[in-house]
Amino acid sequence: MAKLIKLRKGLDVNLKGIAALETNGVKCPGEYALMPDDFTGVKPKVVVNEGDTVLAGDALFVDKQHPEVKFVSPVSGTVSLVERGDRRKLLSVRVKSDGNQQSKEFDVKGDVKTLLMESGMFAFLRQRPYDVVANPEDKPKAIFVSAFNSMPLSQNFGYVVKGQEEAFKAGIKALSTIAKVNLGINVEESATFLNDVPNCEVTIFDGPAPAGNVGVHINHVDPINKGEVVWTLGAEEVIFIGRLMQTGRVDLTRTIALAGSEVKNPSYAKMMVGQKLTTLLEGQIDSAASLRIINGNVMTGIKTTSDGYLAAHATEINVIPEGDHADEFMGWIMPRFNTFSTHRSYFSWLLGKKKEYVFDSRVKGGERHMIMSGEYDKVFPMDIYAGYLVKAIITGDIDRQEALGIYEVAPEDFAIAEFVDSSKLELQRIVREGLDILRKENA
Amino acid sequence: MKALRKLFDNIKPLVEEGGKFHAFRSLVDGFETFAFVPNQTSRKGCVNIHDAIDSKRIMSFVVIALLPALFFGMYNVGYQNYAAAGTLADSTFWDLFIFGFLAVLPKILVSYIVGLGIEFVVAQWKNEEIQEGFLVSGILIPMIIPVNTPLWTLALAVAFSVIIAKEIYGGTGMNIFNPALITRAFLFFSYPSVMTGDDNVWVAQESIFGFGNNLPDTFTAATPLGEAAVGNAVPCETICNAITGLIPGSIGETSVIAIALGALLLLFTGVASWKTMLSVFVGGGLMGWLLEGVGGNQLEWWHHFVLGGFAFGAVFMATDPVTSARTECGKYFYGFLIGVVAVLVRVLNPGYPEGMMLAILLMNLFAPVIDYFVVQRNITMRAKRAIKK
Repeated sequence: MAKLIKLRKGLDVNLKGIAALETNGVKCPGEYALMPDDFTGVKPKVVVNEGDTVLAGDALFVDKQHPEVKFVSPVSGTVSLVERGDRRKLLSVRVKSDGNQQSKEFDVKGDVKTLLMESGMFAFLRQRPYDVVANPEDKPKAIFVSAFNSMPLSQNFGYVVKGQEEAFKAGIKALSTIAKVNLGINVEESATFLNDVPNCEVTIFDGPAPAGNVGVHINHVDPINKGEVVWTLGAEEVIFIGRLMQTGRVDLTRTIALAGSEVKNPSYAKMMVGQKLTTLLEGQIDSAASLRIINGNVMTGIKTTSDGYLAAHATEINVIPEGDHADEFMGWIMPRFNTFSTHRSYFSWLLGKKKEYVFDSRVKGGERHMIMSGEYDKVFPMDIYAGYLVKAIITGDIDRQEALGIYEVAPEDFAIAEFVDSSKLELQRIVREGLDILRKENA
Repeated sequence: MKALRKLFDNIKPLVEEGGKFHAFRSLVDGFETFAFVPNQTSRKGCVNIHDAIDSKRIMSFVVIALLPALFFGMYNVGYQNYAAAGTLADSTFWDLFIFGFLAVLPKILVSYIVGLGIEFVVAQWKNEEIQEGFLVSGILIPMIIPVNTPLWTLALAVAFSVIIAKEIYGGTGMNIFNPALITRAFLFFSYPSVMTGDDNVWVAQESIFGFGNNLPDTFTAATPLGEAAVGNAVPCETICNAITGLIPGSIGETSVIAIALGALLLLFTGVASWKTMLSVFVGGGLMGWLLEGVGGNQLEWWHHFVLGGFAFGAVFMATDPVTSARTECGKYFYGFLIGVVAVLVRVLNPGYPEGMMLAILLMNLFAPVIDYFVVQRNITMRAKRAIKK
């Protein structure tokens, strides 16, 4: 029987537009893009030229420090554009699909780690500390996989994995040859095959968001100490590896949740990493309205446009109103019945947990110094003083950051705290920058 | 509303960098964010949705929580004046209230104009938004001073505390001491005669616009706590009046009932920590019980709660999130020690009848130390875990 860990701290926000459990087909558009920015901490080096022909699984760029870590094309076709921004920063490598998916064949018999690096799967592994793409030279003490996402409007992995059970098991098996694998599942999933996936240790987590964050799992199961490294991987990415192990081919197809109050028919869709969003959003959104399309989750995702490309790690596309012309009058004293707040000075506590809220992307207040105490701790289910850690990052006190446990956290763990913060500090950005500085210092 | 929006849209270019009236940017910005929730949307790479709570809402609710005590204070100012003149029987509720209102209003105005004036200038200078912290301090200050405090000393004290106790630390959220209490401490030590003096500061002595009564210059009235400090017994009747609040004292602190109403709102909305508030009473009660009868002390343990500024301090001052302990565990110690020190000063120090202000300021100073020990426990745990492996 898997161990059950109950979490009290956290917050579930009920947003309108949860994806219905049905999968719609999406037309494959011509162009795909792989964006290095999705792979945090990587210095990309392009290994193809515009006009080259590539197969699915051929490398588009590699990491300068570790050229053996490859970032591969999801489709076969021709490289149509190597897009660069200011100071020649690589923004994306685009591939025009030839329409008949041809894949590079990999030999799955040899060393798993080498195979993963060669096939581009290793690029999806992230490491803690620093929450960056894993370093192949490290020996991780464990690999953590979270099989559920607790954030609002997120993908339901229990639904997505249906029909891919064997691939998932094969993926876990492959990972277990590298290090011990810990799988975190939620209570609903504990009634499915996920409860007894072989080759890994399963832990059940019960609690509000961010209970699905892999960082929370690590903190409760096997916390990271200084000098230790843990790798993490998204649950759907385990299926990628499983498919590779089963067929010898790279298949980066995800089942994306298209959700949010501005989506006409919130549901799931099969899409490939790097696929253009245009076809997904066609007929699903009102193109005239001022909308925020989010590549990933509403809490952690990156703002994009309707002709953006599916980010490498995104498991959902959320669409909410932008709200930049809301002009709400005297918000500091009005009752604002339709507005959600954890704070009792609003009335959402009266309206029950079932009420669905429409959020726009406004910050709804000015940025201040940290005034209230204990706000973060209420939604931060780890044995870490979140407020003190954030202060240590702001003041650049590296010793104190280490002492307070910065090696255990990733920006996404602060998402809910950033949501509830009355001082409106940009916690995820602060933590990301702190981790980047720390990584440079420790290099 | 649309017209107001348009007005701001028209004014804004004038106060932007390089505009004609750039010197008023912080002022216009301050008023605009009060009229409309900012339309600023979250930046790339940050959380895309936000809780509606912001510091304006929080501060507004503290001000609302203070209103019962403030209105009662106004009434009490009138009540004390009419009672001293012996004309209570011939006066209506509105006579008392309007007199009190007229006596208190100038203090509120001076406090806000001086304090917010400095805040606007600092915000403009640092190119920041106006911080709302002074909304609360500005109303707290008139409530914790005697009614006869001259306006010029008040203005001086407010300026001192906003600049020295708050802005030089970096503004709301960075200060060590509670600015409202620093204002009071400044008056207390620099102008002792207007704060406790010859016991002629607690009752308004001159009529205003025909309301109220002129009292003789020689009139004095001590607070019950002042009486207790010199060893006089406090009659049961006074204790009852102290619960309703009809005793001489600083403007807003006399009525336990009005303060309790504010406390309920603060606790319900979660703006103030119940841990701090409860611990202050526990600490004060325990110390009051230990010191019952010591050195001619005439007060029973619970008398401390209803006399002087104990309740007011526990509810509105000790719970200031910025200057109190920030760790949940630390709040118990912080509150408890405030209660202990406040009663200790009251009973054992004949020089100061009231110890609440000094107790809170002292513990403001020690709050980071309390937090240090709490956080250090977490740090040690992490360090040990690393070694054990």
